[in-house]
Amino acid sequence: MPPAAPSISSLGIVTPRTAHFAAPLNLKSGAVLPAYDLIYETYGTLNADKSNAVLICHALSGNHHVAGLHAAADKNPGWWDNLIGPGKPVDTNRFFVIGVNNLGGCHGSTGPASINPATGQAYGSGFPLVTVEDWVDSHARLADMLGISCFAAIIGGSLGGMQVLQWSIAYPQRVRHCLAIASAPKLTAQNIAFNDVARQAILSDPDFHGGNYYAHDTYPRRGLRLARMLGHITYLSDDVMGSKFGRILRAGAFNYGYDVEFEIESYLRYQGDKFAGSFDANTYLLMTKALDYFDPTQHRPELGLSAALKPAVADFLVISFTTDWRFAPERSREIVQALLDNERNVSYAEIASNHGHDAFLMPDPHYHALIRAYMERITV
Amino acid sequence: MRHDFQTIADWIEPNAKVLDLGCGDGDLLKHLYERRQARGYGVELDDRHVLACVKNGINVIQRDLEAGLAEFASATFDYVVLSQTLQAVHHTEAILREMLRVGREGIVTFPNFGYWKNRWQVLRGNMPVSADIPFQWYDTPNVHLCTMHDFEALCAKLNIVIRERIVMTAGKRIHFLQNLTGSLAVYRFGLAA
Repeated sequence: MPPAAPSISSLGIVTPRTAHFAAPLNLKSGAVLPAYDLIYETYGTLNADKSNAVLICHALSGNHHVAGLHAAADKNPGWWDNLIGPGKPVDTNRFFVIGVNNLGGCHGSTGPASINPATGQAYGSGFPLVTVEDWVDSHARLADMLGISCFAAIIGGSLGGMQVLQWSIAYPQRVRHCLAIASAPKLTAQNIAFNDVARQAILSDPDFHGGNYYAHDTYPRRGLRLARMLGHITYLSDDVMGSKFGRILRAGAFNYGYDVEFEIESYLRYQGDKFAGSFDANTYLLMTKALDYFDPTQHRPELGLSAALKPAVADFLVISFTTDWRFAPERSREIVQALLDNERNVSYAEIASNHGHDAFLMPDPHYHALIRAYMERITV
Repeated sequence: MRHDFQTIADWIEPNAKVLDLGCGDGDLLKHLYERRQARGYGVELDDRHVLACVKNGINVIQRDLEAGLAEFASATFDYVVLSQTLQAVHHTEAILREMLRVGREGIVTFPNFGYWKNRWQVLRGNMPVSADIPFQWYDTPNVHLCTMHDFEALCAKLNIVIRERIVMTAGKRIHFLQNLTGSLAVYRFGLAA
């Protein structure tokens, strides 16, 4: 008899929960969100003194479904399942791990597609722009609700790494260890430029209707598809694109037309279509703006990042990937330098990978061994 | 434990802030923390060593020493240590300057090429292989082996003042004809006033 097929996730079935917050949230923009929901998942067990909680912060297109399966028939587990689970680098036998969908998201937390109780209609363009700071404030309330006064660790990649930084600055007493992976202290002009091209693709789609496409029973699918295709290019390295696709033609010969010819075209269109069918365009706009706005040095740029990170007292593990040009190693080193200036405990690793920015989601053995080693030393 | 670690721990002041260049698996920093409550960071390029440091609970920054110490601000460390790494560094002068930019004092240890057993092997026509130079010529990270005289001449050229020097062979201190009878040299130095 053949052995049973191994489960694609060692966590098994997980079930999201929704927390409702009735107290208004004052947003950085000045707007106020009167009430909101946050959808979240937890893995493992919170210990008696609540010292083993780990928060996972998601990136642009992520959500609360970090690990495990929602149904036995699911083809894919949560987006960071290779890192999180029993016996994995972030070991749910030891840690109580929380994944939460950010405000403005489209997977269950209050966002542009949610119904605005004041109008009975979807928020659409009426949903306020939320920032990294707002997300962290809202997640702190979720932690309050769960009785967690201090996280053993907060982990995030890319935009998630920015949330990790913000936690260390805004709530220094509420996090003992920060893992900022493939991140940056703020975006460069080039990075903002990519985000704006992506936004323009959505904003100029005739089906966008100023963000109120829900009311028109339509959807800016073409714009979101283009935005994702562009994003995808920047998440991969030239290396990996070359080795995966090169100049391979689907039909083996030129067709002298505009249909799919090169494999890379097919791949990008497939990724664009898949994403456009499952993600909300307003959320994409909002998340890219949150990325652009984040800058801990905003109020005192002349003092630099070291001054901005002065309140942070957590220990840090900062990780970057050699071929990541969207969140390049130089950007992680800026974080490291600021922590060194403040004499904080910090370790920094630059992982050799040809996967570009996406490397932070890949199960590279050395990368995972580092996180495992770091997590194992955390007392709970 | 490596023989030079003991000497370094003897030298540094309690609670000192130490930067260890080429820190390996972080054993020196761990020793300095346990004996002197010293704190600090290691710098290491090799993935396996970086992982070992994290396992050891030692702060480690992955970077190539040859590219300098850009993340480290000037005059922020009491000691910058380069233990048994000097001979493997390409930009020797640059790293010595960087050490004294970042730290108040530098500490280096290196295998003394002037040790008589090394000289004897050269005299017999072979590159030396010994306890402190445990590599064959075709498989060695060492690119700048030197004698104690050589090192001291370079220090003079760079306006570096040697504050203390200990020479050892097989873990025992040597006091006479050190450049001939010493296998491992340990120096503490600073910039001339």
